[in-house]
Amino acid sequence: MAMPVSGVPTQAPAAQVPAGHALARVGRAFRSSRKATAGTILLAIFILVAIFPGVIAHDSPTADAYPPHLGVSAAHLLGTNAYGQDLFAQVVWGTRNVLIIAFVVGLAATGIAVLIGIAAAYLGGGWDGTLGVLTDVLLVIPLFPLLIIIAAYAHGGTTVVLIAAITLTSWSYTARQLRSQALTLRNRDFLEAARVRGERRLYIIVVEVIPTMTSLIVASFLTNALYAVLLASSLQFIGLGDPNTVSWGTTLYWAQNNAALQTGEPLWAIAPGACIALLGTAFALLNYAFDEIGNPALRPVRRSKRVRNA
Amino acid sequence: MRYALRRLGFFVLTLWVALTLNFLLPRLMPGNPALAMMSKFHGELSPKALNALEILFGVNSHESLLAQYFGYLHQILTGNFGISLSEYPASVTSVIGSAIWWTLGLVGIATTLAFILGTGLGIVSAWRRGGKLDSVVPPVFVIISAIPYFWVAMVLVLIFGITLHWFPSEGGYYVTTDTPGFNLTFFQDVVNHAFLPAMALLITTIGTWILTMRNTMITTLAEDYVRMARAKGLPGWRIMLDYAARNAILPNLTGFAMSLGFVVSGAILIEYVFNYPGVGYMLLQAVSGEDYPLMQALFLLITVAVLVAILVADILTALLDPRTRTAR
Repeated sequence: MAMPVSGVPTQAPAAQVPAGHALARVGRAFRSSRKATAGTILLAIFILVAIFPGVIAHDSPTADAYPPHLGVSAAHLLGTNAYGQDLFAQVVWGTRNVLIIAFVVGLAATGIAVLIGIAAAYLGGGWDGTLGVLTDVLLVIPLFPLLIIIAAYAHGGTTVVLIAAITLTSWSYTARQLRSQALTLRNRDFLEAARVRGERRLYIIVVEVIPTMTSLIVASFLTNALYAVLLASSLQFIGLGDPNTVSWGTTLYWAQNNAALQTGEPLWAIAPGACIALLGTAFALLNYAFDEIGNPALRPVRRSKRVRNA
Repeated sequence: MRYALRRLGFFVLTLWVALTLNFLLPRLMPGNPALAMMSKFHGELSPKALNALEILFGVNSHESLLAQYFGYLHQILTGNFGISLSEYPASVTSVIGSAIWWTLGLVGIATTLAFILGTGLGIVSAWRRGGKLDSVVPPVFVIISAIPYFWVAMVLVLIFGITLHWFPSEGGYYVTTDTPGFNLTFFQDVVNHAFLPAMALLITTIGTWILTMRNTMITTLAEDYVRMARAKGLPGWRIMLDYAARNAILPNLTGFAMSLGFVVSGAILIEYVFNYPGVGYMLLQAVSGEDYPLMQALFLLITVAVLVAILVADILTALLDPRTRTAR
């Protein structure tokens, strides 16, 4: 039987799910997943590039140092754009901005989602009703148009504005998932045991509930990070970011502004877009891996398929 | 009935939140952006248009915020969205009216096609589980779900528009050589121009349909009544369509109702890449031209479309699946 996305790992006997145990299980499952390995390697490469861009690209991403429209060569791996900037340097240095946005929004939005999702499920009653409606309302208001008007009123989004706007508007999807998983946990025996022991609510939530939900929380982080990458890049692409930031979305914006595709400079637009797609793929692969860990019903299906593939 | 009322209540609540956001956002931003816009257009507007804008954005108003709010609500609910600044003196409503058909046509048809094709592929993929199609679709979808829409559009422009010259890569029709009208040449021209944007939409959305259909169908295929049908010796296609697919299609059907609401907002970036004359492109034009009344109205239009679609999807679910009616 397939379970909903937020299905709880049911194979563990309810009475004995100590926190350490759950973490170890997630770790084991993670190491054995091929999707997780591929995603981790991809993400690690991007993180390294973001930390040490100068080691990989020797040119400045912003200096108009070269003749414009240079083709691909050993000195300019992706050529230069209409302003005479080295495109390889732009793509390499642009990694940092995207990753900062991905990680900050991922962490912050997941933090809000955990707080609201679990509080709603655990406190129940009026709290659940209020927080649930808040989550649902935010969930159905179209996110991208909302971000567009926020950025428009803010007269273009610096990285800080983008991060704040995306965080505040995009947590609801994962909050809802977390809430429904926390709801299924609410009446489990090990929580009942903690209550009988007389533990405080906060202790129960932090020490008993959250560790049990590790895989879904990590999956939430990955979902939020993926959305942050796509939303921020899209906003920068349509010119609602800060046009002076070195970032893939901004590079795409200048490419579109200069009709790069039409003027024989396809790499200007294709290369940063491909990077966004690759980074997104890394997050998506990891996300699917964690989905399978949190929802064992999905696993055997893919296993059997893989065998056939090999 | 209680279910329908609750959904209706949620609809009204969300609509109110969207309206209020629209009201508060320009007022909360540092250095009221509407003020800058007003001073920019000052000498060019008629007093009446200026007054309407003042109510919408709360400029030069000595009223309390609450009074402003009711003035704003009254104006919106009576359908007065003000004057478009970039298309002055046309009203916002008429400007949107000229663009909406392009979006509805393009995205409506692309979404419907994606739904039909995707659902079909999902059925076959689940029926021949572990087959070629089934092993290719999920991993491809993982990658596609991570690719920005606009990039797919740009790649299509590069390959089919610029390199191969098979299709025009921007606009809704040849503005210089063709005049809009009900004739075959214009129709062909429009279809030609719509082809690449529609493909971009199809590629980026079809995966969801396939995967949802496939996953639900896998669940239904394990049901006893399917085994019963097999035991009766019914032909395979009948089990596939009448027994399994028919019961598995519900999530996709309601998803379809919902996605029709996202038609308006879903194509913003694709319309931007293709300079397609629809409302998404218009929204971005309004943003860059600081045409705030148009921008506000478009945001409301997009939100209302989504909300209506969700309401319809909810009601559809309740009508088609008796279990949701009795639950809770």
